[in-house]
Amino acid sequence: MMPDLGKYADAVLSSYAVSIALLVALVAFSVIRARKVRAQLDDVEQRSRRNG
Amino acid sequence: MKALLVRDIRLAVRAGGGFGLGLAFFLIVVVLVPFGVGPDNGVLAVIAPGILWVGALLSCLLSLDRIFALDWEDGSLDLLATAPLPMETLVTLKAVAHWLSTGVPLVLASPLFALLLSLPAAGYGPLALSLALGTPALSVIGTFGAALTVGLKRGGLLLSLLVLPLYMPTLIFGAEVARRGAQGLEFGVPLAMLAGITFGTIALLPFASAAVLRVNLR
Amino acid sequence: MASIWEYANPKKFIQTTDRLLPWMSVLAAVTLVVGLIWGFFFTPDDFRQGSTVKIIYLHVPAALMAINAWLMMLVASLVWIIRRHHVSALAARAAAPVGAVMTVIALATGAIWGQPMWGTWWAWDPRLTSFLILFLFYLGYMALWAAIENDDTAADLTSVLCLVGSVFALLSRYAVNFWNQGLHQGASLSVAPGERISMVYKLPLYVSMTGFALLFIALVFLRTQTEIRGRRMRALLARERMG
Repeated sequence: MMPDLGKYADAVLSSYAVSIALLVALVAFSVIRARKVRAQLDDVEQRSRRNG
Repeated sequence: MKALLVRDIRLAVRAGGGFGLGLAFFLIVVVLVPFGVGPDNGVLAVIAPGILWVGALLSCLLSLDRIFALDWEDGSLDLLATAPLPMETLVTLKAVAHWLSTGVPLVLASPLFALLLSLPAAGYGPLALSLALGTPALSVIGTFGAALTVGLKRGGLLLSLLVLPLYMPTLIFGAEVARRGAQGLEFGVPLAMLAGITFGTIALLPFASAAVLRVNLR
Repeated sequence: MASIWEYANPKKFIQTTDRLLPWMSVLAAVTLVVGLIWGFFFTPDDFRQGSTVKIIYLHVPAALMAINAWLMMLVASLVWIIRRHHVSALAARAAAPVGAVMTVIALATGAIWGQPMWGTWWAWDPRLTSFLILFLFYLGYMALWAAIENDDTAADLTSVLCLVGSVFALLSRYAVNFWNQGLHQGASLSVAPGERISMVYKLPLYVSMTGFALLFIALVFLRTQTEIRGRRMRALLARERMG
């Protein structure tokens, strides 16, 4: 069920689209970077434990 | 103290010190504007106060990275830091030297540039007054920015990004004084605000600049 | 209860946030979805603004978080300057991009909303202008963090920049007000009499504000963890190179 947005449908829909896209991008970017850094750190930590 | 000030100014005035560069840049901005917006004197007169202020701000920005860069490169900044002079004084002196070598020439030259942009006669006094009162703030804020970026290899661009937002209040009130003056309106309120900002930054910002410089010299 | 400063220990911070993070994320997602769906599907149109009022459920919370993120960075910078807890400095760093994105959302939705209501995408309205200035401050802050290699130096310099920037951002706010009286209505949720929005709009607005706040906290937790790990990794790598 889609609400009737009248003549302002473009404005409302585009602002929701833009905001949600930005939020999703921010979350995705943060999560991907968190995973990457975590994996890298595990790597380095293991190496340093082996060597030291 | 005096010796340091004299030395800084002498360095700035000497060839290659960038003393004339700021003024020349200002002149070029003023000359370019009519090509951009058309030669209509009426239009130019309306936008002249704003253009002159933005031009002054940009030409001030141009020489900021020199405030500490030369002393940093040849190591004399480390010497100055260990000298008995408090860091706050050093930073203030640097700002004063910068103002004397860029701000004052801008103020003195501003009537000439105003003429090129056909600023109404009533606007000359307020424009020079607002620049005289506003440019010290530009130098002090700029010194803070220069102190932040002193150790960076390519700090110039970053310096502009950091300093320009800080210039906003000064620009708003300064240009407002010049604009109201040019239209023959009363400009006491923005002038008082501008003076407040200038004296406030002179009183407080050197402490921040000194703290930042200490971190950078660590 | 243990002292709050215990969480300044990076290990302790990671342990605690690791336990909290899944809950926070779920909670944030649920509140956000509920708030936005409620706002989008189940609120009536305003008699003057039509369906564009629905933008408020994005615009106002994003604007709120844009300012709160800066305030959080200010507090974290102060804590770093005074007590020198690394987690605090890294949390400030972690919050900056989130705040910047919130500012962009507020600006974008504001522009989209302004088009039908004020007849223009962009007006040099004081509040819009202030947000643009805030965005520039975020940019400068992040650029300074990125430019400096030494972590402690970067933390010190950005903290001072954050303090000075806060003062100037506030100054600009009032200077801009002086410079141009705006088109914006007064504060949307003030208790002052006059134009106020009714409960029908307020409840979902509160929900989505909570959602944005929870999302912000969850993101800052996650990103601070990342910063802590990244810092530890750099330290280990440096030691490796030494030995």
